[in-house]
Amino acid sequence: MKTITAQKPFEELSEALSGAERIYVVGCGTCATMLHTGGKSEVLDMKEKLEAAGKKVTGWMVIPTACDELSKDALGESIQEIEQADCILVMACAFGVQTVSLYSDKPVYPALNTLFVGKEETPGHFIEVCMQCGNCILARTAGICPLVRCAKSLLNGPCGGSVDGKCEVSPDIPCAWQIIYDRLAALGQLDKLEEIVPIRDWSTSREGGPRTIIISD
Amino acid sequence: MKAGTNLEKVLESGMFAVTAEAGPPKGTSAAVMQRKGEALRHCCDAANVTDNQTAIVRMSSLAGCVLLKQQGVDPVMQIVCRDRNRIAIQSDVLGAIALGIGNILCLSGDHQKFGNHPTAKNVFDIDSIQLIQALKNMRDEKKFLCDEEVSGEVPMFIGAAANPYADPFEFRLTRLAKKVKAGADFIQTQAVYDIAKFAKWMKMVTDRGLDKETHILAGVIPIKSAGMARYMRDYVSGVSVPDEIVSRMEQAKETKEEGVRLAVEIIEQLKEIPGIHGVHIMAVGWEDIVPEIVEQAGLLPRPVL
Repeated sequence: MKTITAQKPFEELSEALSGAERIYVVGCGTCATMLHTGGKSEVLDMKEKLEAAGKKVTGWMVIPTACDELSKDALGESIQEIEQADCILVMACAFGVQTVSLYSDKPVYPALNTLFVGKEETPGHFIEVCMQCGNCILARTAGICPLVRCAKSLLNGPCGGSVDGKCEVSPDIPCAWQIIYDRLAALGQLDKLEEIVPIRDWSTSREGGPRTIIISD
Repeated sequence: MKAGTNLEKVLESGMFAVTAEAGPPKGTSAAVMQRKGEALRHCCDAANVTDNQTAIVRMSSLAGCVLLKQQGVDPVMQIVCRDRNRIAIQSDVLGAIALGIGNILCLSGDHQKFGNHPTAKNVFDIDSIQLIQALKNMRDEKKFLCDEEVSGEVPMFIGAAANPYADPFEFRLTRLAKKVKAGADFIQTQAVYDIAKFAKWMKMVTDRGLDKETHILAGVIPIKSAGMARYMRDYVSGVSVPDEIVSRMEQAKETKEEGVRLAVEIIEQLKEIPGIHGVHIMAVGWEDIVPEIVEQAGLLPRPVL
């Protein structure tokens, strides 16, 4: 499982950084490195682009795992270069950006958009598989999540727009429910589709501020 | 009677029903709906008012229904799950009933990508089958989804859609069965052009006895031009337009007349299919033609019940 990111357009970054002259750049050695969005070479590319745009890069680092607590120590090691900067540009997912914000009193800007939590199906091809809704229904759907893979997050089977295994939204998107249907057929469980899936409790999803949990011993 | 609407009365009487569609304007003109109501009043038993069809912002279905009702047309309020959560939907249903709207059609809704606000956030809090179930529960148990009591009567004639041309084909029967089980009193299907495939689906429907549990109205979309035929064949997902129909429209000298003839022929064939209780004519942006089609199909006058 990886956090899938994409670089923001440079124009958007330029606008966000318009008030900053000196910038410190942070990359991440884990997901963003694997995705080629915030590893060492992307950080160096960014440094070049920023300098070409007239900014001064006071320093850079690639934190092994930006979302980890150890980011605090990593930032501490480069405190002088960071102090010289007006802001920190973080080339990590939103977890990394928020972790850096927590351990620095400089303004922190994200260089990436955090897209989804996904897996690599084939080399270089990432797909969202879980939206972390907090109320798993995979038992009904042959292990394939319609909440993320169906464009309408339907729970009771494919809509009228499913044709030749494709979603109405785009011929490039496989219909999640066709995949579920085929898999249930192979498992001899098509009867599961006869049941009406009841209305969901979305309160486990995103409806009450940040979700938290305490794991006791 | 569940709601006592004209549509319910016609279907319950066992007569062959005719419904039409009236798309609300992309604006504030009540006159547009009034004109459509005027055109449709004598040639159909009820008219559907679409709910921001193809995700293009239009006058609300509820308002359109009220305007049609004032014209003496029995309205069918369409509700899609794309734009409203369970709170807003149940609230609209209460309002609709208070305003005398008794037919409600439950739909998933076209994805917002196809509309004029493709960057909108969709809702899909509940899906169309859950919506049917929710409405049935409001009507029969007088309960909201949260289990609290609804005050007052909740008369409703509940409808749903079915598309025999979508995939997987075998599942289309299952999906219809689920909608019936959830509480669909009537069904309006996707437009039929490929009669053979539709008849095959209807055979499965009647074999399972679903036509005895719900009223099935077959969809008809009159084709105005060869361009429209090609567009529907190539770009409208879930609609199956055979090549013969496209070439027939391409070869026609008077395309509008040919479109009417084609619609009438389709209706004639649909009347012969066991289990079909009526037709639903969706003349999108061409409502004026509906009286002619209904007349030529031998379906006038409409019953007064």
